[in-house]
Amino acid sequence: MNFVKQVAVRIAYAVALLLAVVVLNFVLIHIAPGDIADTIAGDMGGATEEVMAKIRSDYGLDKPFFVQLGLYISNVVQLDFGYSFFFNTPVTSLIAERLPATLLLVFTAQLLALVVGVILGVISAKKPNGLFSHFVTLLALFGYSAPVFWTGIMLLIGLSLLMPLFPVAGMMDARLIEASIWKQWLDILHHLFLPAVTLASIFLALYSRLCRASMLEVLGADYIRTARAKGLTEREVVYKHALKNSMGPVVTLAGLQFSAVVSGAVLVETVFSWPGLGTLALQSILARDTPTILGILFFSALVVIVGNLLTDLALRLIDPRIRTGNK
Amino acid sequence: MTEMKNDQTPQIIKVAGGKPKHPMHEMFNMFLGNHAATMACLVLSIIVTATLIGPLIYTTDPFEMVWAPFTPPGHDGFILGTDYLGRDLLAGILNGGRVSLTIGLVAAAMSVFIGITVGALAGYYRGFAEEILMRITEFFQVLPTLLFSMVIVALFGATLVVVTIAIGIVSWTAVARITRSEFLRIRELEYVTASRSAGASHFILITKVILPNALPPIIVQAALMVGSAILFEAGLAFLGLSDPNVVSWGQIIGSNRPYILDASYTVTIPGLAIFITVLSISLIGDGLNDALNPKLRQR
Repeated sequence: MNFVKQVAVRIAYAVALLLAVVVLNFVLIHIAPGDIADTIAGDMGGATEEVMAKIRSDYGLDKPFFVQLGLYISNVVQLDFGYSFFFNTPVTSLIAERLPATLLLVFTAQLLALVVGVILGVISAKKPNGLFSHFVTLLALFGYSAPVFWTGIMLLIGLSLLMPLFPVAGMMDARLIEASIWKQWLDILHHLFLPAVTLASIFLALYSRLCRASMLEVLGADYIRTARAKGLTEREVVYKHALKNSMGPVVTLAGLQFSAVVSGAVLVETVFSWPGLGTLALQSILARDTPTILGILFFSALVVIVGNLLTDLALRLIDPRIRTGNK
Repeated sequence: MTEMKNDQTPQIIKVAGGKPKHPMHEMFNMFLGNHAATMACLVLSIIVTATLIGPLIYTTDPFEMVWAPFTPPGHDGFILGTDYLGRDLLAGILNGGRVSLTIGLVAAAMSVFIGITVGALAGYYRGFAEEILMRITEFFQVLPTLLFSMVIVALFGATLVVVTIAIGIVSWTAVARITRSEFLRIRELEYVTASRSAGASHFILITKVILPNALPPIIVQAALMVGSAILFEAGLAFLGLSDPNVVSWGQIIGSNRPYILDASYTVTIPGLAIFITVLSISLIGDGLNDALNPKLRQR
């Protein structure tokens, strides 16, 4: 019961954060130079003052600030983010079309980074001064010093252009439109590999480093000595006792990184022409398509918030102390 | 740093030889003992010198088309070759470095300032102020930083000032969290209570009593922030969202990206420049961490 209540509080809080994003969006449109009327007039190739006034009253731009804000919020609640004049589509359907690709990329990269990062961290913690441990440290340094778009381009040059192992761009081969669903998924995974590895490279570094430190700390704890003393094998000590207790900080960090993963996804999507929100964001920014940009900002914040909620749930599953609420 | 000495009497550590050692001295030695960090300092100073003085010696205009496009490095007297428009890549790297480093430094300084202010106020006053400030911090953590900066740049125009502010305004949350937790810890210590009972004002307590003692982890974070701000700027410039009137490393990569098959070096070289710079800064950050937080060293 307590658990349900805690989760409900978290969700209510997430909704409040989203509302704050909506208000921020609105304020940004308001203080930015130029408005929708200017955009439309620009598309028409200029308009007289009367036409501009007509457009402004049609879109409610002549109403007081808070009335406009209320209208905007009520529209957003109905998932109406306005109309994209550049793409000639409602913003919501435009985003709905692109969101799955971004979700696939973001969550695959996070999972890949977590799994590989933890494996590397654990192995290097077992022999903290071994050759492998130094290799992991080196890898971690590379991961957070190299610009992710550059890593992507380097992988693209190496593994798509020089050695054509992976496709250069996109998400699925257009010729497979008639093929079976399995073939399509296989092709999507084939396309996903390089972008996911590129995006994961940054976070892999962070997670492996933290997992290593956290493992080393846990391995020095008394209960580990007890576990060894009672004759458990090294494998049981490391993977059953130590790993479970050192996962907490790593999962917490992964949760905090969600917004960075979404940010990185924008760059990675651009490099690999991945048809997600990031490429859409860039297109709409270059086209000065404000409704679309703000819709994307909202949905990307939604992705981060949902990611945070999932992390929270995962932490509760790992650590019973958080679950019962007495820390 | 010299001001600090007056406020808090430095601990004098007796070493075996009997000669007293100042903590700053010890810190400096520890930093030098970290060879990677010392090397990184050397590399970084070479890069900084090259970008500061380089354009004065090598005066080729990075925007001018000086030779045939896609001249490979080392040919026809062009050390790093030319790009798709026949512009000198070496001139681009030297001039672009100046922009990348400046934006990185200023944006990081800005975010450290915002972060310290928010974190210090939240950690010192606690209660309602803390609640509000930490909610704001969480709000900024939820917004994907790069997208938010892209929106700011899109709405207010791609100039150097807007880009710098757009980076600084989104990246302060980590500093705020660290500062707050340090303040929460230190404000309960005895010397703070002592200063308070001696009549120190809130301002003095925050800036002169607590802040200097909270600085070590903040300095480490600040060093790392410079690196991430450089990466951030490179990302924006790569996407084409930087001031079109100046060269930067990310912008060179972005504009040459369509031609990676013909001339991969136009992308590889500026990327390496970013990589080496940020790597040096990370290593210096690690070295500072070892020197400033000796307790954490036995990891």
